[in-house]
Amino acid sequence: MQQFPRKGNRDVSIVLCGAAGQGVQAVEELLVRLGKNLGYHVYANREYMSRVRGGHNSTAVRMAASPVRALVDRIDILVPLGPGIRENVLDRIDPQTLVLGDMKELEGDLAGRTFQSVHLPFLDIAKEAGGAVFANVVATAVIAGLFADTPEVLRPLVEQRFGAKGADVVEKNMAAVSLGFARGQEILRSGVCSFSLASSGSLEDRIALDGADAVSTGALAGGCSFCCGYPMSPATGILTFMIQQGERFGVAAEQVEDEIAAVNMAVGASYGGARAMVTTSGGGFALMTEGFSLAGVTESPLVVHLSQRPGPATGMATRTEQGDLLFALHGGHGEFPRAILAPGTLEEAFFCTRHAFYLADRYQVPVVVLTDQYLMNTYYDLPLEALDLESLDPHIVETSREYRRYEDAEDGVSPRGVPGHGEGLVGVDSHEHDEEGHVWENFQLRAWMNSKRIRKIEGLRYEALEPTLIGPENYKILLLCWGSTRSIVEEALENLGWKDAAVLHILQPWPLSEKTLSYLEKAGRVIAVEGNATAQLCALLRLECGFEVQEKVLTWKGLQFSVEEVMEGLRELSSKGERES
Amino acid sequence: MMDPRQYDLPGADVAWCPGCGNFQIMESLKEALAELDYAPEQVVLVSGIGQAAKMPHFMKGHFFNGLHGRALPVATGMKAANPEMLVFAIGGDGDMYGEGGNHFLHTIRRNPNLVNLVHNNMVYGLTKGQYSPTSPLGLVTPTSPRGVTNVPVNPLALALVSGASFVARAFSGNPEQTKGIIKKAVLHKGYALIDVFQPCVSFNRVNTFKWYKDHTYDLEEGYDPTDFRGAMEKVLEEDHHALGVLYCKERPTFEETLGAYARDPRPLFRRERSEQALRAFLEERYG
Repeated sequence: MQQFPRKGNRDVSIVLCGAAGQGVQAVEELLVRLGKNLGYHVYANREYMSRVRGGHNSTAVRMAASPVRALVDRIDILVPLGPGIRENVLDRIDPQTLVLGDMKELEGDLAGRTFQSVHLPFLDIAKEAGGAVFANVVATAVIAGLFADTPEVLRPLVEQRFGAKGADVVEKNMAAVSLGFARGQEILRSGVCSFSLASSGSLEDRIALDGADAVSTGALAGGCSFCCGYPMSPATGILTFMIQQGERFGVAAEQVEDEIAAVNMAVGASYGGARAMVTTSGGGFALMTEGFSLAGVTESPLVVHLSQRPGPATGMATRTEQGDLLFALHGGHGEFPRAILAPGTLEEAFFCTRHAFYLADRYQVPVVVLTDQYLMNTYYDLPLEALDLESLDPHIVETSREYRRYEDAEDGVSPRGVPGHGEGLVGVDSHEHDEEGHVWENFQLRAWMNSKRIRKIEGLRYEALEPTLIGPENYKILLLCWGSTRSIVEEALENLGWKDAAVLHILQPWPLSEKTLSYLEKAGRVIAVEGNATAQLCALLRLECGFEVQEKVLTWKGLQFSVEEVMEGLRELSSKGERES
Repeated sequence: MMDPRQYDLPGADVAWCPGCGNFQIMESLKEALAELDYAPEQVVLVSGIGQAAKMPHFMKGHFFNGLHGRALPVATGMKAANPEMLVFAIGGDGDMYGEGGNHFLHTIRRNPNLVNLVHNNMVYGLTKGQYSPTSPLGLVTPTSPRGVTNVPVNPLALALVSGASFVARAFSGNPEQTKGIIKKAVLHKGYALIDVFQPCVSFNRVNTFKWYKDHTYDLEEGYDPTDFRGAMEKVLEEDHHALGVLYCKERPTFEETLGAYARDPRPLFRRERSEQALRAFLEERYG
């Protein structure tokens, strides 16, 4: 009998896959809620193709008694809703994997592989329940049958999801739930496998959300009152969220004609006193760079959510990469201060987006929140109390008749007035300008104004977020990472059990905290883990600290690192290091 | 009625050529605003790049002199942040119809309540005489030595088919009429296009003051500006161009259709986010 969790693991890893349009995403959402309601910590992540129908997408769900936050290759239970399973899933099947599905249909896909299986023709069961459309709900219910005592655990979730479509639709789904649940219980009775996953009790003080919603709600906490963009994977979720919640939270949000319009409209809104954000991916940010520079010279607070996907150009629309760090750093012509924040966890996605509004308003600069497809589509539970919801000072002044928008200031930050607030006039210009915002071609004025803007970097640097050290303070090996790979590197290190190693996560790549170098210098060995081909963080450290990272574990295939992949990369470096020494 | 001189900006270094139509357009604008009792503190002048786009540096008002071609999205964002302000998007034919062509189309569709003042002299001034999107076929310029072969944009026809709620044409040589049209545009609720014919005394030797005099006429009495097809017919006339409000029909504006203003009319900067409301949302949606 197969035991789950497997020996040496604390979680059960379930992967569902199916064609686009088969409802894999709905299953993911139901399973996350179900797991949480049953008292398990839940992690989920989906990978999908850039198509509306067909192809094959998958979602990985981990359930455990303690928090789980990283992507693993291991599949304990594989639930294919139909044939067409892709290599990136097939290659993760091992002899202990339990495949639940229509084994006749899947014969071709699974040929030559060793695994456990239970024949479950989801489509036939769905038809029995009233139609093929219920196949995904049947699959969800089968899994529920493995973990819960009664199919009723799914009722509130089904009601939440399908309630709007009417009581009839809810009942039909519940009929499908009953059939699927019974099959799940049958698997347990037949002795194919057993589960010994302790429930962690009530998780009522925790919320479960994905990266897109963590960024969106973080923006709300930061006071975001204007958001626009052009739909582009993987950044669209934030735009959709803001438009849908615009009325409830007083956010003026609009889908616009292109990214050039988006950034200019946001800068215009910012000039008008809104707290403005645009959301885009690399290609869109490429179009925004002139407007980004405009935010720099006009000293307009602006938050840019830049969610990375593989490039160049269109690249892989629905996949992930950490390829735009240096682009975020250098995008936009001319010299002007900016900040870049790169969250590693969902708490940090919320925190960084809120903090981006603080920095943008405090220093009147553009701030980039740098995420990626992986983080956008990663779900897990976290304590609500970890999120700081307190509203932030907008740093806006009421103007007097003598008001000058760019009045000289020691720290470079002139008091920010907005049109219609006070008696003064507020003038801003994309040209080099005087204190009132008027264009004059005067070299002294240019030197003075440019220094005033550039000076703001000092404040930004002073306030820069320190890197996060996870692990012993007296480390000898430092695993360096930034952005979304944080939890994966953490779990990889935990599994490797290297007692003299710690993880250093760079939460704010720009400006870098001045303490960064001391962390690096303390280590005997620094190994960078980055989701790109050219080790961009390493390049940035060389540029900024003169520090050369010698060892790197990199990936650029379009999928996020798995824990196993990072472990393998580190082991290889480690054995190579031993051979050389 | 206010004094139009309150819009004067002492010490401004006006960079327009003597005899340029921009002087008259700016004066018509000041007079229109004064007659409508707008103080400079209530007016936001948004512009891009070009000779016309320099206007905010030569008169009083709030201003945002942004990037080439991008005045309309900036003005739209300003309006979305604070619908109480009177907002103008000002620029030339190259700025609005060339570099900003896509924004021109989509701003019209979006219908923010602002006035789009386009100084149309059918040539590039600031970059010294190249052809513009409205240059007539055959115009010889440094970048069209064998004459312009691109068919000129018809901005008014383009505006009409894109759903503009207000379309007008003026001529800088007729300041009284221009002032009247600007006043109507300001009072109009929604996007208002005023394409203002203007001679470029330095670079356009074809479309001169006399040319405009000879090729324009005032709309006849009894013209119905709510008749879309009638307006279309007018704007498609080739050798003589009607001056006046060619089309005007209000429809909901961008700002009033935004969810943010469904329950609260205040400008966005006057609002505060409620911590309690956000907490309730997080619990309800993700708990």
